Amino acid sequence: MKKNNFLHKHQKTLAPLLSLVLIILITASVTPGFLSIRMVDGHLFGSLLDILHRATPTALVALGMAVVIGTRGIDLSVGAVIAISGAVTAVLTVNTDWPVWVVILCALGTGMLCGLWNGILVSVFNIQPIVATLILMVAGRGIAQMITEGQIVTFHSDVLDAIGNGYFLAFPIRVWIAIGMIALTVLVMRKTALGLFIEAVGANVRASRLVGIEARLLVLSAYVFSGLCAAMSGIILAADIRGADANNAGLWLELDAILAVVLAGASLAGGRIYLLLTIVGVLIIQTLTTAILTSGLPVQYNLVVKATIILAVLLVQSPKTRQWISDFFTKKKRAANSSTGKADTGKGSEKP
Amino acid sequence: MINERNLPILATLLVFIMLYGFGMYEYKGFRDTLVFSNLLTDNAFLIITAIGMTFVILSGGIDLSVGSMIAFIGVLMAYLISNTGMHPLFAIGIALVVGVAFGAIMGVIIAFFEIQAFIVTLAGMFLFRGLAYLINLDAVPIDHPFITGLYDIYVPLPGRGGLTFIAMAMLVLLALGILIARRTRFGMSVYALGGDSHSAALLGVPVKKTIIKIYALSGFYSAMSGVIFAIYTGSAYPLAAVGVELDAIAAVVIGGTLLTGGVGYVFGTFLGGMIQGIIQTLITFDGSLNSWWTKLAVGGLLLFFILLQKGIVYWVKKRSAA
Amino acid sequence: MSDLVKDALEVKETSAVKETVEAAQSAVRPLLEIKHLSKSFTGVQALNDVSLQIQQGEIRALLGENGAGKSTLIKVLTGVYPRDSGEILLDGSLISASDSGHAQRLGISTVYQEVNLIPTMSVMENLTLQHQEKTFGLISWKKAEIRARELLAQVGLDIDPLRQLDTYSIAIQQLVAIARALSTQAKMLILDEPTASLDSDEIKQLFDLMARLKSEGLGIIFVTHFLDQVYSITDSITVLRNGECIGTFKTAELSRSDLVSHMVGKSLEDLAPTAHDHSIKRERTELLQLNNVGKQRYLQPLDLNIAAGEIVGVAGLLGSGRTELCELAYGSVKPDQGEVTLSNHSLTKSSLRRAIQVGMGYCPEDRKQDGIVAELSVRENMILALQASKGWWSPISIAEQQKLVEEMIQRLAIKTPDMDKPIGELSGGNQQKVILARWLITHPALLILDEPTRGIDIGAHHEIIQIIKELCEQGMGLLVASSELEELVMFAHRVVVMKDHHKVSELHGNEVSEQAILRTIAS
Repeated sequence: MKKNNFLHKHQKTLAPLLSLVLIILITASVTPGFLSIRMVDGHLFGSLLDILHRATPTALVALGMAVVIGTRGIDLSVGAVIAISGAVTAVLTVNTDWPVWVVILCALGTGMLCGLWNGILVSVFNIQPIVATLILMVAGRGIAQMITEGQIVTFHSDVLDAIGNGYFLAFPIRVWIAIGMIALTVLVMRKTALGLFIEAVGANVRASRLVGIEARLLVLSAYVFSGLCAAMSGIILAADIRGADANNAGLWLELDAILAVVLAGASLAGGRIYLLLTIVGVLIIQTLTTAILTSGLPVQYNLVVKATIILAVLLVQSPKTRQWISDFFTKKKRAANSSTGKADTGKGSEKP
Repeated sequence: MINERNLPILATLLVFIMLYGFGMYEYKGFRDTLVFSNLLTDNAFLIITAIGMTFVILSGGIDLSVGSMIAFIGVLMAYLISNTGMHPLFAIGIALVVGVAFGAIMGVIIAFFEIQAFIVTLAGMFLFRGLAYLINLDAVPIDHPFITGLYDIYVPLPGRGGLTFIAMAMLVLLALGILIARRTRFGMSVYALGGDSHSAALLGVPVKKTIIKIYALSGFYSAMSGVIFAIYTGSAYPLAAVGVELDAIAAVVIGGTLLTGGVGYVFGTFLGGMIQGIIQTLITFDGSLNSWWTKLAVGGLLLFFILLQKGIVYWVKKRSAA
Repeated sequence: MSDLVKDALEVKETSAVKETVEAAQSAVRPLLEIKHLSKSFTGVQALNDVSLQIQQGEIRALLGENGAGKSTLIKVLTGVYPRDSGEILLDGSLISASDSGHAQRLGISTVYQEVNLIPTMSVMENLTLQHQEKTFGLISWKKAEIRARELLAQVGLDIDPLRQLDTYSIAIQQLVAIARALSTQAKMLILDEPTASLDSDEIKQLFDLMARLKSEGLGIIFVTHFLDQVYSITDSITVLRNGECIGTFKTAELSRSDLVSHMVGKSLEDLAPTAHDHSIKRERTELLQLNNVGKQRYLQPLDLNIAAGEIVGVAGLLGSGRTELCELAYGSVKPDQGEVTLSNHSLTKSSLRRAIQVGMGYCPEDRKQDGIVAELSVRENMILALQASKGWWSPISIAEQQKLVEEMIQRLAIKTPDMDKPIGELSGGNQQKVILARWLITHPALLILDEPTRGIDIGAHHEIIQIIKELCEQGMGLLVASSELEELVMFAHRVVVMKDHHKVSELHGNEVSEQAILRTIAS
C-alpha cells in the first residue's frame, strides 16, 4: 500500500491531467504541426494557442459552475446570461456614448443581477436548482432579444475589439482575463475560508449548520458569482464577433461547463470544488473539439465523442460501480484471508 | 376532489380559457375552429413529447434527451426510407424500437448505477444529436407516397377547421397516455415513485423496473414525436427540434404537474402545450409583437406555476404542523 | 460489573426462559419461528444467533435500546436485508423473502413509524397500490373503491377513500397503513413504533384494533419504547441487546424493573451503590442556565443549570427526550418558551454562530448525518467550527491549522495516516474524536455530547471517557446524554432522568447510581 501512496493520493488530480496530455499527444501524432507555435509580430500562433483562445469563454463559465456545483446546485441559465450580457454590451455601446468601462460594468452588473435572481429562487424560496435556473434558461434569451429588439446588433469599439481578439505580451488578451479571473477565484477560495464553507455546505448542510455556517448567503453568492462569470464570458463572445446574437450566443455552453466540472472529478452531489482541474476539463473538451476539426474526421463525431466520454466518466465515477468493484475485490481478498482468520477492520458501521 | 394539490391544474385550465377567450374577444379570426385545429396540428409534436416527459417528471426525474431524439429518429427514418427503399411503416417501426431501446438504456443507467437522470439524459442529448449528424448532415425531404398520402386523411369540423392525421395521432397518443397514467399498475407505480420513492419500494413497487420503463416510455413518446415531426415538416434535419426539451418541461409544469413528482395529470400537459401554442398564435395575430415575447411569456408562466407549487407545499406543511 | 458476571447472568436468564417457553409451545405449532438468525454489517454483528417463536393470536413486544438489533431483525424478516445464517419458518414452512413486497405476499406485513404510504396519492390508491383489480387489462377504480371501503371497515375507519392521504392526521394514516398491511391475507403483522406520533385517544383506537386482530388469530410483533403500552397490550416480551436475544418473557410475569434491567443489561440487585465521587470540589460558577425551556410536541418545559467543571448526565430510554434536551440547550432547535443563557449571555434567540462564539459546543448523536462532512479531510473537519465562528474573511492559516490539528491528533490519539485524509475513511471512534477535537479547538466553556460513545469500539470508548473527565477537571462544563448508564455513573456529578419527554428527576451527588437511575426510569 505504502509505495502507492503518492499515486493513490493524487489519483483524482492525475486522471484529468493525463487525459489532457494523452489527447494532445494523440492529436499531435495524427496532425503534423499541431504542437508547433510560431511568433508573428510578437503574437503567438498555433493550434495550442487557438485552443486556449477558444476555451476562454467556456473556462469562465465553468469556473462559476464549479462553485455552484460545489454547493450541490447547478446553473442552467449561464447560456442565457451570456446572451443577455452580450446584448447589454452591444446595445449600450451603440446607443449611448458612455465610456466603455461603464458599459462593461453594466454588463457585468446585469449578469450578477441574473445570478441574484437564481440565488434568491434557490436559497430563499428553496426551489431545486435545476428548476429554478430553468426559468431564466427559458426566458433569458427572450430578455436578450428584447434588449436587442430582435436584431443582431453590431458595434465597434477599440477596447472591446482588444478584449475579443487583441494580444498582450504575446498572448490573447482574453486568455489573460481568464487567467486573472481564475487566479483571483482560486485566491479568494483558498486564501479565505470561503471555499471550505461552500464545500462543507455542499457536502453536508446539516452538519455545517450545527457548526454555525449560514448556508443561505453562501449559496446565494455562489449563483451571483456564476452570473458574473457568465457575463464576462458574454462580453468576450460579443466582443469576438463585434455583435450580440441573442439566439446563438453561448448556446449549450452550460452543458460544456457542467461536463468540464464533472471531468474534473467533482460530484454533482456537491462537496468538492476543483477549480484548476475544471479548467483542465475545459481544455480537454476544447482540445477534443479542435482535434476532431483538424484531424480530418467529420465534425459530426464531436458530439458522439463528447457523449461517450461523459457516459464513461459517469459510469466510472458512480459510487455503485466502485461498490461493485470493491465488493468483487473484498470477496477475493476474503477468500484469500479466510484461512488466516484476519479480522475485517471495516470503516465502522454501515448500519442505518 | 378539489384540494390544494389540484390547484395547479385548475390554474392551468383557467389560464387556457382566459387566453383563448382573450383571443376570441380580441380577434375575429380566433373564433373560427381553424385556429383550434391548427393549434392541435402545429403543437402535436411538442405535446406528444411532453406526454412522455410527464411520466418522467411525475416519477421525480427529468429527460433532457427528447429534442435530440426527435431529430435523430427523423433522420433515421428518412435514411431508412430513401437509402434502403424500405416501406415507411417498417421504417417507423424500426425508428420506434430504436427510440424505446435508447430510452430503456438510459433508464438502466439511472436505475442501476444510481446516477442522476439529469446528467444521464444530458449525455443522451449529445449522443442522439451526434448520431443524427453521423447519418446525415443536411435536411432531406421525405416524399414517399405513403407519407404524402397521410396528408389526405382529414376530418372536417364545422367552420373552416378540421382534424389532420397529425392532430388525430396526437389525440390518440394523448388518450393512450391518460390510460397508462390512470388505469395501469405501471402508471400508479410512477405516481408512487414520485410521491415517495422510499415508501414506494416498501409498498412493493418494483422501483428499478419502473424507472427503466419510464425512460423507455419517454423514449417511445419522443420517437413518436420524431415520426410526427418528420411527417409534419415532410423532411428530416439533424438540427431539428433544438430546445424542445425545455418547451416540453415547460408544458408539463404549466400543465400543473409538480416538478418534485407525484402529482399531475397527462391532460394538464396537453393544456400546457396548447397554452404555449395559443401564446404563439396570439403574438402572430397581434403582429406588432416579436417572437421573443413567447419565450418571456412561457418563462413568466413557468415562474408563476413553480411559485404556486411552492406556496401550496408550504401551506400544506404549515397546516399539517398546526 | 465485570463482563464475566454479565455473561453468566445472561446465560442463566436465557436458558431458564427457553425451558418455560419450549414447554408451553411444544403442543402448538408456532405461527412464526426464527431459528439462529445472524446478520452482520461490515465489522458489526447486528444480529447474533437470535431465535424466537410467536403463536397465533399473540401480541409480542420487541424491545431494546438503539442498536439492539430490532430494526435489523424486522428488515431481515421482511427481506429488506438478506440474512447471513439461520432459518425463518412461517406456519411451519421455510420462507425467505426477497423484498418487502414478497414478504407481504408470504403473509408478513409491516407498518413503520414514519407512515410508509404515498402522501400525494388518495387513500384508495394507497390501499390498492400494486393490487388493483383489472377489467380488460385496465384498473377498475370502481372495484378498487369497493375494496378500499372494505379494508377501511376492517380497521374501523369511516373516511372518504377518494381524498388525498396527507389531508388526514398521522393517526388515521397509520390506521390506513395497517388496513393496507392486512389487505394481503397477512398472518403476521409487524408494527414498528406505530405510536410514536399518536395522542392517547389515537393510541386507544390502535390498541382496540390490535386486540380485535389478535382475536382473529393474527400474530403481532409490536415494537415500541413506551413501557406503559407494553404492559397494557402485549402478551409476551422479547428483549434484544447488542444484537443478541436476551430472552422472551410473559408480560404478566415480568416486573418493570426486571424489564428495564434486561434492556440496559444491568440488574438492580447486582448493582452495588457505586463508589465514584460525585461532588464537585471547586466553587460553583454557573455556565449554562435553562429556565423553563420547552417546545410543544418536543420537550416539556424544564430547568437545568450546569456550572464550570461539572458534568451533568442525561439518562432515559430511547425516545425519552435525551436528544431533544441537547438540541434545545445548544440552540439548534429553538424553544418556544423559556430562556437559555450561557455565562450570562442570553442565547434564546441567537444564531448558532453566536452561541459558539460565547463558548457553546455540540457533538450530535447522529455522527454521519449531523457530525462529519465525509468528503472533507480530517484537518478541515477539525477546524470547521473555529473557522465558522471567526467568519470566512479571517482564515486560519494553513500553518496554524496544521499546528492545531497535529496537537489534537496527539492529544486525543486519533489514528489517521495523515491529516488530509477524508474523514469518511476513518473508523467510527476516530471520527468521533475528530468531532470532539473540532469543539476542543474552539475552547468551549460548555460542551454538549449526545451519545459520545455510540457505535465505537471498546478502546476508543474508554479513551473518550478519559477525555471527558480531563475536560471537566480543566473547568469545562459538560452535558452528556447517554443510553449507557454505567458510563454516565462513572463521570456525571448529576444525572437528569428523562421519560416521555419530561424531566422526571434529577439525581445529585451520592444519589447518582445505576440502581437509582433504573428505578426512576422504571417507576
